[in-house]
Amino acid sequence: MTKTADAVVIGGGIVGCATAYNLAKLGCKKVVLVEEKYLTSGATGRCGAGVRMQWGTEPNCILARDSIKMLENLEEELEYPGSIEFKQSGYLLLAYTEKMVEQFHMNIGLQHRLGIPSCWVTPEEVKEIVPHLNTQGLHGATYCPKDGHCNPFKTTDAYAQAAKRLGVEILTYTKVTDLPRNSDKIKGIETTAGIIETPLVIACAGAYTRQLARLVGVDLPIYPERHQILVTEPVEPLLGPMVMSFYHGTYCQQVPHGGFLMGLGDPHEVKDFNEDSTWQFLHETAAKITFMLPVLKEVRVVRQWSGLYDLTPDKTQILGAIPEVPGFFVAAGFSGHGFMMAPVVGKLMAEVMLGLEPQYPIEMYGVKRFAEGSLYVEPSVV
Amino acid sequence: MAGKEYAKEEEFTIICRCEDVILEEIHSFISRGITDMEQLKRLLRVGMGPCQGRTCSALLAGEIARTTGKYVGDIKFTTFRPLAAPIKLGILARGESHD
Repeated sequence: MTKTADAVVIGGGIVGCATAYNLAKLGCKKVVLVEEKYLTSGATGRCGAGVRMQWGTEPNCILARDSIKMLENLEEELEYPGSIEFKQSGYLLLAYTEKMVEQFHMNIGLQHRLGIPSCWVTPEEVKEIVPHLNTQGLHGATYCPKDGHCNPFKTTDAYAQAAKRLGVEILTYTKVTDLPRNSDKIKGIETTAGIIETPLVIACAGAYTRQLARLVGVDLPIYPERHQILVTEPVEPLLGPMVMSFYHGTYCQQVPHGGFLMGLGDPHEVKDFNEDSTWQFLHETAAKITFMLPVLKEVRVVRQWSGLYDLTPDKTQILGAIPEVPGFFVAAGFSGHGFMMAPVVGKLMAEVMLGLEPQYPIEMYGVKRFAEGSLYVEPSVV
Repeated sequence: MAGKEYAKEEEFTIICRCEDVILEEIHSFISRGITDMEQLKRLLRVGMGPCQGRTCSALLAGEIARTTGKYVGDIKFTTFRPLAAPIKLGILARGESHD
């Protein structure tokens, strides 16, 4: 079965759904989104659900700042009948070494230039914000009250429902098998549910984006890397902000539902598609988190899972057209922070695909930065 | 009258006791076309509580089968993830060392 579309989005995570919605909103008549499994089955649905403006590079600060601004009114914009569970209870980034103190002050300088309301807090002030925190060895922290939490499943559902109302067709359990071209130009997609002819294709498939780009002879520097998370039973409110320590490689937040979500980055993780859960992760995370927040010793873990970061060499996303293949676009390589940047990214990508002037120039996110060596190395990643 | 009684029964029938999900909510999502257990879990939290779906998964599968007319054996369950039972963080933190 062959059908035609004005644009096709590959990937049913937050970035794909936001892009499809914005394409339709900007007047693109026939938009089709294809997803290999179910919506949010990739990185979006496995993420830590945090949203923060406190980044260390200009590209990340801008995308996160403006996306969080959009999250404030997203339920109204998308006319979502449910709640996306957005709460701004802050992020506390802990500094345990002199070098971190120095880096964090540089980050604050950048953030202030970009209008992000972050500040330096002393260990005493940290205690006021999170009374349960063990401040042993702590030099201080940075705090931004506008950072917080949002539910990835609900936010993606909000975009998907709004997109459907605008006529977007969403095909789940549909795998892309080829990306046919006419000379260099993209001609359509071949899937397990048939062929769709289209002049515009965007790949928003996380770590799988590299395999999709290979179908058109392009090699993108995007690597899968497993990250594990656990969640506890819901308990009474104990912790306001997300507490994050790059020194321990951990983060922990109590979500509105009452459970604590926490994760641990492993620097020795092999870059492959392994998504198994390990006993080691439970033990190491529990040891580090109960050191920082001893009150959590009595809280029970109910589930653990893992997901894949789509990492790039500078831990900054690749956005924009792929010049070698007219009609082919990419929004991937988010390196663990795609969810919180999706509202703006979806808008930018739709604008670029339709040949409109984007809200701001997106050249700095382009893939050619790797060949030119003009990288944006993000220091603030767990 | 019978219809009204059924609606009432739906309101009082709890499918997922950990997360307080009632039959009425399940039916409203199924009627929106969401019949995938993975999607229902993520949008309704059914099966995400302390029992991790050990009570509600079979009930949910039965309800999906009944509403969609599919054979219950063809309803795909969600991935069962560790842990098998809730364990305190303080116990996990001690790792292999026992009291």
